[in-house]
Amino acid sequence: MGQLPNLNEFMRISRRILAGLATASLAVSVTSCGGGSDTSGSFDDTVTVGILHSLSGTMAISESTLVDTEKMAIAEINAAGGVTVGGKSYKIDYIVEDGASDWPTFAEKSKKLIDQDGVPVVFGGWTSASRKAMLPVYESKDAFLYYPIQYEAQECSNNIFYTGASPNQQSEPATDFMFKRSPAAGKPFFLVGSDYVFPRTSNTITKEQLKSLGGKVVGEDYLPLGNTEVAPIISKIKKALAPSGGGVIINTLNGDQNVAFFKQIQDAGITPSNGYYVMNYSIAEEEISTIGPEFLEGHYGAWNYMMSIDTPESKKFAADFKALYGSDRVVADPQESAYNMVYLWKQAVEDAGTFENSAVREALVGQTFDAPQGPVEVMPNHHLAQTVRIGLIKPEGGFEILEETDGVVFPQAWNQFEPSSKGYACDWTDPSKGERYKL
Amino acid sequence: MELLLDSLFNGVAIGSVLLVAALGLAIVFGLMGVINLAHGELMMLGAYTTYVTQLIFKLPLLKPYYNAYVIVSIFFAFIVSGVVGILLEKTVIRKLYGSPLETLLATWGVSLILQQFVRSVPLAYGTGLVISLIIGLFLPSVFSSKVKESINFKYVKFSSWIFATLVGVLSGNLISSSVSKLSRASARNVDVTAPAWMRGQVEILGTTFPKTRLMIIIITLISVIAITLFLNQSAWGMRIRAVTQNREMSDCLGISTEKVDVLTFGIGSGLAGVAGVAVSLLGSVGPNVGGNYIVGCFMVVVLGGVGNLLGTIFASFGIGIMTDLIGAGRLLSIWPDMPLPLSNTINFFATTSMARVMIFALIVIFLQFKPTGLFPQKGRMVES
Repeated sequence: MGQLPNLNEFMRISRRILAGLATASLAVSVTSCGGGSDTSGSFDDTVTVGILHSLSGTMAISESTLVDTEKMAIAEINAAGGVTVGGKSYKIDYIVEDGASDWPTFAEKSKKLIDQDGVPVVFGGWTSASRKAMLPVYESKDAFLYYPIQYEAQECSNNIFYTGASPNQQSEPATDFMFKRSPAAGKPFFLVGSDYVFPRTSNTITKEQLKSLGGKVVGEDYLPLGNTEVAPIISKIKKALAPSGGGVIINTLNGDQNVAFFKQIQDAGITPSNGYYVMNYSIAEEEISTIGPEFLEGHYGAWNYMMSIDTPESKKFAADFKALYGSDRVVADPQESAYNMVYLWKQAVEDAGTFENSAVREALVGQTFDAPQGPVEVMPNHHLAQTVRIGLIKPEGGFEILEETDGVVFPQAWNQFEPSSKGYACDWTDPSKGERYKL
Repeated sequence: MELLLDSLFNGVAIGSVLLVAALGLAIVFGLMGVINLAHGELMMLGAYTTYVTQLIFKLPLLKPYYNAYVIVSIFFAFIVSGVVGILLEKTVIRKLYGSPLETLLATWGVSLILQQFVRSVPLAYGTGLVISLIIGLFLPSVFSSKVKESINFKYVKFSSWIFATLVGVLSGNLISSSVSKLSRASARNVDVTAPAWMRGQVEILGTTFPKTRLMIIIITLISVIAITLFLNQSAWGMRIRAVTQNREMSDCLGISTEKVDVLTFGIGSGLAGVAGVAVSLLGSVGPNVGGNYIVGCFMVVVLGGVGNLLGTIFASFGIGIMTDLIGAGRLLSIWPDMPLPLSNTINFFATTSMARVMIFALIVIFLQFKPTGLFPQKGRMVES
């Protein structure tokens, strides 16, 4: 028994040491995470925002790049004096939560961020499934989610702010380009996608649009998520497009499926040199380098932002990101969109003079920002007016920008080609209109 | 003719991917009865081995032999996945023979560990670890039986593990310093690019075939022939068959069942590695690559009849040809003016995702009538 107190004493001391070590390492990791957020002077107060993306699971590869970009935007804002609300300067702090590529987890973590941490805003999500899972949470708690990914639209929530492209800001100009001005102009179209909501909606819109342009869709196929067996699709493409000596393939496949697809269509002779041109809606700079430019060379992509945009803002954005995270990293459209939304939130909060939701929401509409892609503006339907670009994939990777729209394209939350939503629009600034009203 | 040939080739091409992936499982699950959910991850290790081999062959010293790297990586992948499989058998599965549910859970856990391993550990050090595993497991067995029986053999074993660790750390560092791509951990998918002679297509009888698909068919063919010869002609093959048919009796007759288990599991896992090489040629290599194939593998083995290689072969090609027939809407091109309701039905199923639904439905119906699969194991098994 005599030894026990000693043991207890020892345990207590070691526990204290451990606790000390843990705090120290935590402090180290927090400062290293902040990415220079406390480099500049003093602040009157701190505001904590939520960042919610998948840091584990299949989506982690893509979504972690958004976390990096959002942290960079926050660090930049802090370095420039933080957010000024009601004459007080606030340092932006953040809590990063892991959605774990699991949609219910996104909803659960949203609840935690809103209720427990009391954050005024959450930046988060990538897949439409995760957004659909989070939407009821934000609507019931009247909280605000900023969602940065190009998506199928047909949704317009008062509690979500969408900074990615809606279909009329990506697929419509792309279809128009492919049908009228690409080397395969006038040739038939074949639509390929992963089997979930975005490709199916996007392709419905493309089909309607082609109908009005006088084009022809000769085939359509969807690959179940997780399946990489593309052999039947390839033989269908050949059968459908070979009679007209090639044609246009609209590709909305996801992630790994693209690698299998492009490797095998090249082996099967479905290449630009044989008259087959693929227009891609989910391949950005990051994906080009993973898939390998040798497989993608000569095909096309459509985005709002491309790393090769030759403006000082775009170059600075890319250079800052590389300086922070390594020279081999690239920036792409989703990241730019994530970057913009942090700044737009900051501006709206400053204009509203409060972090309170309904005031910020009101102040948000009409905000403009000189984004890396050029000027963007928040529209009454909580989407962003932005420029659309068509790029040709270069042999060394990245895009050569072939054309860009004349000024910004206004977002349509409800698509005008899709029969079920034709003639509808969304306007949150007018109480009589709201989520869906007849034009 | 051309249409038929094209269709047949596509079916065989899809089937051979299924077959090469399921072959290892046919041994592990079919012969040993072990439900190994980490089978897909052993495939993934094979795919990563191909990637590492590819990068090593880009070093100036090996550059002239770059064209041969795929062939070399088949052997490497067999060894790497085989050794990891042996380790898995010795540490986890051996304790769980006869309790399928626990095996299922434990191997699922292992599959998650392996996935996270390739995400978080730089591949160079992963390679180093595998090298030390190989040395540590096999070095003690090269000593003469006199040494093995001596009382000090445990020290020999111990010191060979120390040696193995040293070599592993050294080679890990060597690879990491010479191939920068392998020195950092990354969750990003990586890409295996087939050498030039394997890209593009060849023309046979007026139809063109992608070369990578032909290569996979050849890999599958060689694997099947090799494993059939091994099981039916070699002494160890006979022991494996004896143990799977009657464990107690084989034990009584002096067959070391422990050794047979290790060997069988090792070979099954090694074949998973070979399958990894094959699938790396088709798509990208990532932590989840194995998960895409595991359901298909079990489907093939169950449909073919557990414990029967021939059944596995028929089942894979059957599924492959059906996938192509339904998914590509072949029937319509064979019989273009069929009645409208029928052609509408066929069109409805003529997408890849609907074809998959259809195939699963057909398999479920088939198993209602023949629950033991295409070729049920005949004879008296101990369990039955």
